[in-house]
Amino acid sequence: MTAIQLAALIVIAVGGTVVVLTPEALRQVLALGIYGFGLALLFFSFQAPDVALSEIVVSAVGLPVILLASLRRIREQERSRGREEGGPERQ
Amino acid sequence: MSRRVRLALFAFAGPGLLAVLLIGLHGLPAFGHYRNVYGLLVDKVEPGLRHATDIVTALNFDIRAFDTLGEEFILFASVAGVAVLLRHLRGEEEAEQARGIEDHRFAGASPSLQLTSLILIPLLFALGAYLLLHGQLTPGGGFQAGVVLAAGPLAILLAGRYFALKRMAPESALELVESVGAGGYALIGLGGLIFATVYLKNFLPVGHQGTILSAGMMPINSIAVGLEVAGAFLVTWTEFFDQALIVER
Repeated sequence: MTAIQLAALIVIAVGGTVVVLTPEALRQVLALGIYGFGLALLFFSFQAPDVALSEIVVSAVGLPVILLASLRRIREQERSRGREEGGPERQ
Repeated sequence: MSRRVRLALFAFAGPGLLAVLLIGLHGLPAFGHYRNVYGLLVDKVEPGLRHATDIVTALNFDIRAFDTLGEEFILFASVAGVAVLLRHLRGEEEAEQARGIEDHRFAGASPSLQLTSLILIPLLFALGAYLLLHGQLTPGGGFQAGVVLAAGPLAILLAGRYFALKRMAPESALELVESVGAGGYALIGLGGLIFATVYLKNFLPVGHQGTILSAGMMPINSIAVGLEVAGAFLVTWTEFFDQALIVER
């Protein structure tokens, strides 16, 4: 096992734990994106450049974008619901 | 389920999972020791048979071309599902109302972000085109090229110009690209049925190894899959952004 492979494996182990333990959704999405980038590094170091290429775009761009859009929609809905009930407006 | 029941269940299932994992890990070959004949065989056979140098692409578009057909339509069906679901939620009237908005709320993207996007867009398109056309030669091919090509227009959104993106790539055009890609792959396979008696079998000359026009129908398959994947990703993203950015009124 080369040093790069070992480093990539450690990055993945730490990154995955960070993603799971991040409490706030927005930060979690960012952590997930960075974790995906580490995963691409892992695939590349294990001689799977084809997989690494798709992984970069899918997990560092594609998935976070969908999650961010969904989060925004959910907040929008929560805010308008709070307004209807006359309660304090949530941020 | 209460917390106590869940913990009890885990106390029972956790060690079981650990035991199965340990037994499984014990049976794995040592790191770096490849024991499979299949990979070695494909590595030997495919360069001579189809003149492809990237064996992953050769697997996808030649040896397992039928699997790829299935995967393509899985993607197609799931994107159609997302579109149907989100359009149903949105409703047509809301889309009509939204037409008056000029640009979305993130329109105040900073100049440095806009400049970065401007630099990224041509680079992503160039990389995507390269991957699309060199799939049979170097790592890449239809799927990878498709996602990179789809990421190019996404940089326009980063620059805060979602509606410019909508004008440049309206949903009907994206759907057309996706359908042409998916249908194209199936139709190329039909060529194999007619000229080589087997569906999806190579029926084109394999050409000179190491050039763009080589490896028979792999480059054409790659282009079809690239169009399908790029269209699929852009349709999905557009649907999600329509939800997040337009319906807020």
